[in-house]
Amino acid sequence: MNTRATSTDILDVTHLSMRFGGIVAVNDLSFTAKRGDITALIGPNGAGKTTVFNCIAGFYKPTTGMIRLTQNDGREFLLERLLDYRISKVAKVARTFQNIRLFPGMTALENLMVAQHNPLMRASGYSFLGLIGAPGFRRAENRAIELARYWLDRIGLTSRADDAAGSLPYGDQRRLEIVRAMCSEPALLCLDEPAAGLNARESEELNTLLLAIRKDHGTSVLLIEHDMSVVMGISDCIFVLDHGVKIASGTPQQIRNDPKVIAAYLGADEETALKVMEGGK
Amino acid sequence: MARTTDPLARVSAAPVHGVAFILKKSFISALVALVLFSLMIGIRTEAGPTGQLIYWTRFGDLAMLVVGVFAGSILVELLRGSIKPPAFTSSMPASVSGTFNKLRRFVAPALLVFTFLVPVIFYDQRYILDLGILVLTYVMLGWGLNVVVGLAGLLDLGYVAFYAVGAYSYALLATTFGLSFWVCLPLAGILAAFWGVLLGFPVLRLRGDYLAIVTLAFGEIIRLILLNWQKVTGGPNGITGIPRPSFFGIPLTNTEDGLAAKLGIAFSPTHRVVFLFYLILALALLTNWVTIRLRRLPIGRAWEALREDEVACRALGINTTKTKLTAFATGAMFGGFAGAFFATRQGFISPESFTFQESALVLAIVVLGGMGSQLGVALAAVAMIGGFELFRGFEQFRMLVFGSAMVLLMIWRPRGLIGHRAPTVFLEKPTELSSTMVKEGHG
Repeated sequence: MNTRATSTDILDVTHLSMRFGGIVAVNDLSFTAKRGDITALIGPNGAGKTTVFNCIAGFYKPTTGMIRLTQNDGREFLLERLLDYRISKVAKVARTFQNIRLFPGMTALENLMVAQHNPLMRASGYSFLGLIGAPGFRRAENRAIELARYWLDRIGLTSRADDAAGSLPYGDQRRLEIVRAMCSEPALLCLDEPAAGLNARESEELNTLLLAIRKDHGTSVLLIEHDMSVVMGISDCIFVLDHGVKIASGTPQQIRNDPKVIAAYLGADEETALKVMEGGK
Repeated sequence: MARTTDPLARVSAAPVHGVAFILKKSFISALVALVLFSLMIGIRTEAGPTGQLIYWTRFGDLAMLVVGVFAGSILVELLRGSIKPPAFTSSMPASVSGTFNKLRRFVAPALLVFTFLVPVIFYDQRYILDLGILVLTYVMLGWGLNVVVGLAGLLDLGYVAFYAVGAYSYALLATTFGLSFWVCLPLAGILAAFWGVLLGFPVLRLRGDYLAIVTLAFGEIIRLILLNWQKVTGGPNGITGIPRPSFFGIPLTNTEDGLAAKLGIAFSPTHRVVFLFYLILALALLTNWVTIRLRRLPIGRAWEALREDEVACRALGINTTKTKLTAFATGAMFGGFAGAFFATRQGFISPESFTFQESALVLAIVVLGGMGSQLGVALAAVAMIGGFELFRGFEQFRMLVFGSAMVLLMIWRPRGLIGHRAPTVFLEKPTELSSTMVKEGHG
């Protein structure tokens, strides 16, 4: 890896394949996400987007391929070799889920506190110092609460901080899950369909939030999305997947006019698709 | 009891049904009763004087029972139509439920003060003191298991194994090496925690029912080892002559250097009972204090998060393996403490004391109390163990009454006596969370 690439790419996926028995979910996929960019991964249903995410987040072990993450200070991690919880803890990759996975019986604030588990655990002396109420732990906990309050302010949920996360409206739950991931102070934030089930206004708010996250915190974002208003509105770079293969990549403008993408999305019949594919080459 | 507007309860409250529906339902109930009771009640069989089978019929009784079921069924349906819905839907006026909530805050301190005064009030009643010690032992076991089941959501059916490990640790260490109770107590806890981790490792990947089965088997394995490893554990004969606890080195005996003689008061065997009472109270309160503290620490929050959603935990960088193991170890440690106390109180232990029934009883206390609620578990332990004693006079109906009581309680309060969850941290004010949100955990 040359030095230029390490400084600009945060995520470098090379020759990633994932097979489930005879089914090839992802086939020889390579792409890079630039530091500080919002990179989108799009494609029709069943294209293998979430599989890619699960490989990055360590929920699946890829059959072949390499996923290299380079942190802002230049440290490199090969994600396919890390255990799933270490990907978040050490490599600082946070993710959200397609179907929201908050802790519904815990308050919004508690959800954000759980996300700060590892630093708090160290501060509490692995529970022993915390058990006797050491002042160092108290300070750390207050800092954690302040961080949580900051993020709750950002999404306008401070007034509902003490309500059960499961009782919040759907859109709020989505945004709470995103800021919960942000509370673990990630270098790379992976969002799996963050706009699913949101109305137009909420999608707009989501765009603002994601742009603000990138601007204020320098967090790189990788997102899967079907909502084109989100994808086209905020992405710096888009990769299009179909049947586990990358079929196109580029800026939103390029993707919008790419005939292969249009074919994949509109589900053209075989002949037309073939024609389009050949024409696009 | 403070009743809140519970959406689930409102759904379950059936609307008033028509006469035809009620009759149909009652008829079906009567039919089921007829099929069931025709053999159980209708025909009575017995061995005759020469060993042959003789039987006689009791169709009159059978008819009465079936009619009784029919009538009772109609009654239940009518009651369901007329009484239950208003009771469930119309929650108490805000002022009343507010007072109840305020009162509830005083329940725990009041109970605590009362418990402290029990040996003073009932000094002459040995039976009550013994019962108090028994109840407190189960309160402690319940609080210990609450860490595993209530907080971390790991269904553990073999909790009695750790109780046994603690008891045998103390018994063996004390009888073999002559170590004192106060040295053995932490050792028993550590050994039980060690076995907790040992159990934890193989079951880390298991969830729900599978986890329950393995923990159940673990409990049985420990019991069978105790039963069969004659050389060490004495097998079914158990271990006798376990030393009684001393008051920090001063024995509670009727001798020159006993506590009574040193204090210059007349010796009474009740002294020891009172001492044991305060000992188990202190141990139980230690369990409670540690659990409450741990719950507010990151590890406790991780336990609860694990109960809510394990996948999300891993995505947030929580080492679920360590988290589960610490939950098992913490719960087991308290079980071990309780076991050591049990051994020193009884002076004799045998595998018979550590059957699955004990595990089931402790689990029932935790579930009945409301998983995760410290006060609920304490109340449930009082109700269960106290209830057992209360119905002792009924002998054969005891289990029947008890079973019905539990079924009714589970219908009316499916999330246990105290089904609310208090948040561990808050910005403005701690609002209790309705149990409908809180998950039970899936292993």
